[in-house]
Amino acid sequence: MALPKYTELHYRIWHYFYLFVCGCVFFFLIAPLFVIFPLSFNAEEFLVFTDGMKRLDPDAFSLRWYNDMIYGTKNPWGLAARNSFIIAIFATLGSIILGTLAALGLSSRHMPYKGLIMAILISPMIVPLIISGVAIFFFMAKVGLAATHLGIILAHIILGTPFVVITVTATLSGFDHSITRAASSLGSSPYNTFMKITLPLILPGVISGGLFAFVTSFDEVVVVLFLAGLDNTTIPIQMWTGLREQLSPTILAVATCLIVLSVLILLTAELLRRRSEKLRGINR
Amino acid sequence: MSSETGKILTTDGIPLEESLKQSEKKNKIKAFLLVAPLLLFLIITYMIPIGDMFSRSIDDKMVTNMLPKTYKAMENWDGKELPPEEVFEAFYLDYKILVKNKTAGKLQTQLNYEKNGFKSVLKKLARKQKKFEEGNYKEQIMKVHKRWRNVEYWRAIKRRAPSYTYSKYLKGIDMYSNEDGKIVQVSEDRRIHRILWIRTVEVAFFVTLFCFLMAYPIAHLLATLPMKYSNLLMICVLLPFWTSLLVRTASWMILLQQQGIVNDFFVWIGLVADDNRPEMMYNKTGTYVAMTQILLPFMVLPLYSVMKTISPSLMRAGKSLGATPATAFFKVYFPLTIPGIGAGCLLVFILAIGYYITPALVGGASGTLISNQIAYHMKSTLDWSFASAMGLMLLTGVLVIYWIYNKLVGVDNIKLG
Repeated sequence: MALPKYTELHYRIWHYFYLFVCGCVFFFLIAPLFVIFPLSFNAEEFLVFTDGMKRLDPDAFSLRWYNDMIYGTKNPWGLAARNSFIIAIFATLGSIILGTLAALGLSSRHMPYKGLIMAILISPMIVPLIISGVAIFFFMAKVGLAATHLGIILAHIILGTPFVVITVTATLSGFDHSITRAASSLGSSPYNTFMKITLPLILPGVISGGLFAFVTSFDEVVVVLFLAGLDNTTIPIQMWTGLREQLSPTILAVATCLIVLSVLILLTAELLRRRSEKLRGINR
Repeated sequence: MSSETGKILTTDGIPLEESLKQSEKKNKIKAFLLVAPLLLFLIITYMIPIGDMFSRSIDDKMVTNMLPKTYKAMENWDGKELPPEEVFEAFYLDYKILVKNKTAGKLQTQLNYEKNGFKSVLKKLARKQKKFEEGNYKEQIMKVHKRWRNVEYWRAIKRRAPSYTYSKYLKGIDMYSNEDGKIVQVSEDRRIHRILWIRTVEVAFFVTLFCFLMAYPIAHLLATLPMKYSNLLMICVLLPFWTSLLVRTASWMILLQQQGIVNDFFVWIGLVADDNRPEMMYNKTGTYVAMTQILLPFMVLPLYSVMKTISPSLMRAGKSLGATPATAFFKVYFPLTIPGIGAGCLLVFILAIGYYITPALVGGASGTLISNQIAYHMKSTLDWSFASAMGLMLLTGVLVIYWIYNKLVGVDNIKLG
């Protein structure tokens, strides 16, 4: 954003001040994430930068906390990671299936009571998590699913579907329905039409909704805190307990892994968003 | 087409109008069947349980179920003088069963809520009632403790007769109904919930304000920069957005601790002395700083998506017509961004008002919010009906905000990423 040459001095100052403020805000947003990274390689047990680290002394860095994370005795991270992935994958699949079907129905112009139904479907996103947690806990306790994987998966489907409904509905808003009619008129069955025509076109929306659902489930702690028993511990639960009791460097090693995971998810989401915008003809 | 003679028929011989109606109906059912699985799932696992929270919050059958005979005998008692013999007898019989089943403790606690000092009276009765002889229970009970002669205690029992109560909601705002059935405030040193409500709204409001003040300039920068730069800077917004909440909270715990980097920096620039490092965590400061950073992306993204659609030529037109940059900004640009501001503020405020994890970790005692209180009653005191009542009060607040927002701006403006 170069300023034109004729800009007066006080606008110039104002402009640089504005850029400075923006820089500070970006720093505030991103810098905290970078603190975790070096500290997770700390050779000491303290959560501060040691003098050795400041001198970039190689002896001050080590992989011992990563070692502890993976091989440490009695450490819960292996079980937690397995549970987290199982729960998140099934919750994502459930959210995608239920959410995509519902979005297809909602996008039909024949759908009655559209506003009301949409409000119900996205309500888990609006209601504060703590309230959802209490309500879902009461339900799961009543039907005997508290402290089971299935119970947590169902709970995460509840929380994940609104994202799928919203993203798929958005993708469908630019959808040309005459192509499905064309397929039908050429003799394709509804199932075939969906699989061969509709699904490939709305796939970016479905996947990015699925990513939201996956992250929601993978990062969810409030509802799981109510539902989980000892066998259902997840990564967020372990982090929560760890942060409450004692901030150990092993947690930072786990956190670093999670940041790497979120970078991957961010890249996927960005690619998908661009592809879906291209398909919808926004950037043309 | 409606006239009898001019009816157009389809090839099947059915009037076209009817045929259209039928296919319309078919399409409606088809669309509804697609939505039905999710709708049913959510109604069963989510909507009904929220309703269940309401019935739990007003449920007060515990005492009623523990003293069935007493309440039956009390039906005809007007509460002005001491109850007749049959009430004493019924109470003796009910209480005897409770003591035998070892559940008398619950009744003692519940009745002590109604009248202070009831617990000791009941405990004494539990010890003495074994030696009771048959008949004339009124005399025998009154002999155990002189408070049984006080009609107030019997009125306290009678007050718990209804199976439903709104006392949990009163407790949520530090009020209760006293011996005369009047609604009064609890004594000043016990008004904890009102402080929490005020603090929750205050934190949510200021976090929203800070987020707005910080998000507006960067959203503007992102929307006006050329694509190749803005995409790079967008990562600074999106990476925290996709990163685990607990990871971000952990990083603030490291930064804000007394030997942490922020304090190091303050010492280095000479703002504070090394031996006098301020406590920045486990208080409201920690909650504000961490929550603002965590919720900031939710403000930037809606603002950005609105600002992206505003043509830069509008500002130029304003300036060419003689407006100073400031005037052009406030009269042209700012009003156009109001939908984005509304969406961002709503999102951040609603998220902030129900926040639980971050305040619990960095908030300490003076930084906890109403959600922490709900979780505390769910997990520690097990007073689920009170937790439900507080949850529903919070939910009502959120829905009111949502409704106002819908009236003012419209919900369709919420966009994801």
